[in-house]
Amino acid sequence: MSCAVEARGLGFAYPDGRVALTGLDLHVDHGERVAILGPNGAGKTTFVFHLNGLLKGTGALEVAGLEVRKETLRELRSRVGLVFQDPDDQLFMPTVAEDVAFGPLNLALEREEVERRVTEALETVRMSHVRDRAPHQLSMGERRRVAIATVLAMRPKLLVFDEPSANLDPRSRRELIDLLAEVERTMLVVTHDLPFAAELCERAVILSAGRLVADGPCETILADETLLEAHDLELPAGFVPSRVHRRPRPGGTAVPRSQTPIAAQRG
Amino acid sequence: MSFGCNHAIDLTGLAGNTASPIHKLDPRAKVVGIIGITIVGVSTPFTAWPTWLACAAALVTIAIVARVGPGTIWRRSRLILPLILFVAVFLPFVRKGGETVALGPLSLSVVGLQTFAAVSAKATIGVVGAVLLGATTSFPAVLHALESMRVPKLFVLIAAFAYRYLFVIAEEVQRMRAALASRAYAPRNALHAGAIGRVASALFLRTYARGERVYLAMLSRGYSGSMRRLDTLAFDRHDAGFLVALVLLLLPIRIVSAVA
Repeated sequence: MSCAVEARGLGFAYPDGRVALTGLDLHVDHGERVAILGPNGAGKTTFVFHLNGLLKGTGALEVAGLEVRKETLRELRSRVGLVFQDPDDQLFMPTVAEDVAFGPLNLALEREEVERRVTEALETVRMSHVRDRAPHQLSMGERRRVAIATVLAMRPKLLVFDEPSANLDPRSRRELIDLLAEVERTMLVVTHDLPFAAELCERAVILSAGRLVADGPCETILADETLLEAHDLELPAGFVPSRVHRRPRPGGTAVPRSQTPIAAQRG
Repeated sequence: MSFGCNHAIDLTGLAGNTASPIHKLDPRAKVVGIIGITIVGVSTPFTAWPTWLACAAALVTIAIVARVGPGTIWRRSRLILPLILFVAVFLPFVRKGGETVALGPLSLSVVGLQTFAAVSAKATIGVVGAVLLGATTSFPAVLHALESMRVPKLFVLIAAFAYRYLFVIAEEVQRMRAALASRAYAPRNALHAGAIGRVASALFLRTYARGERVYLAMLSRGYSGSMRRLDTLAFDRHDAGFLVALVLLLLPIRIVSAVA
């Protein structure tokens, strides 16, 4: 059966010998929203770069119904929308509209279709008014939204965010949660911002030293202080995971619950 | 994020009445027209005042129609023009031979003075032309024009990235300078300048790392070596009219000055 992510024994070492992933297993179903938590240097970004074939390690990896191989890269990159941590890395064209059009144009779509997708993606992130502006003229929150539009325009099946709330002021962060809650896609959210994860994702996994060390419902994981502490994660003072109001899915669809209670992965 | 003002960078972008007929011209017409004025201006012999006046008249007309004020032109020209004039101002002193004029203890070469005047006139025409192009045409539109005029794609791409990341790098420099200043860095002699060198190398490394990340971001959105474009340019009778008017004004004067 097709699934959003199926990783089995994923391993990766950088050319300088630093081992980033060791035997990582992860299964994500279509429609799930999963938070990937973990301390700095745990291998989160390395894992994210595997999801659209920017890095290739050992082990088996299937993403958005495609086995990650050289031959599938083109299709894979249209199915997986990767939002980088720094919007200045993602927005490289002289104007916002050109940047949003970059992906769809690479998919060799008709001009009218590209135009339609640009308009639609900018509307989704409520940034239509900055269409002809240059990215450097936007605020950080606006840049983040436009960066999201650039991947939405490719209509990916899976959205992957690397630290989406980094460098945002509280209001922009709030608006980003509101925006993402409305997006109907399978999502993987790599973050240190645990309350952010709690509001958006029903499931959380902890990545530590290159492997998955915990996988379960978000509030269960976040309530386990010993577990969090063991992996250098920390909730803000006074934050109670069980009291978080998780955002409903667009259209009021039922939120799929992870069945398994907190599961320690094989070490 | 920005730390204070950044004069050089504030001085880019559109200016004047952005709905003017000049602003609305096809960017190709403006690029060709203004490069044309510059070429006519700089290709003249040393004493081609009628041609330079005609070039100046063309530039002034463009500025008036586009409502780009003298203040804007002055502020933007000031970035580059003094450098050229600074070099040119030595010409009357270093030119040897020919007639000379005494200026106190110094003697000035007449040919040198003429050269200085010519270089100044030519430089002013070129710089003001570039300023007007920048004030009436957005940088992306200029890039688009260059691309559709078959300028090699690699050059256009380099210019596009330079434009995009100039601002990002400028912000990084501002932050690094703020960091130096907050630790009381105030170089008093050349030995203290070492920190600047380290800042420069840190900046280079950061920029290099950013380049890698940008490339990954491009790959992630399906980049496979060619840049495609969404919008197309339309060259209409207004654009043709603009170019014809420039040709009718400048060409006869230029030809007469070449014959004379």
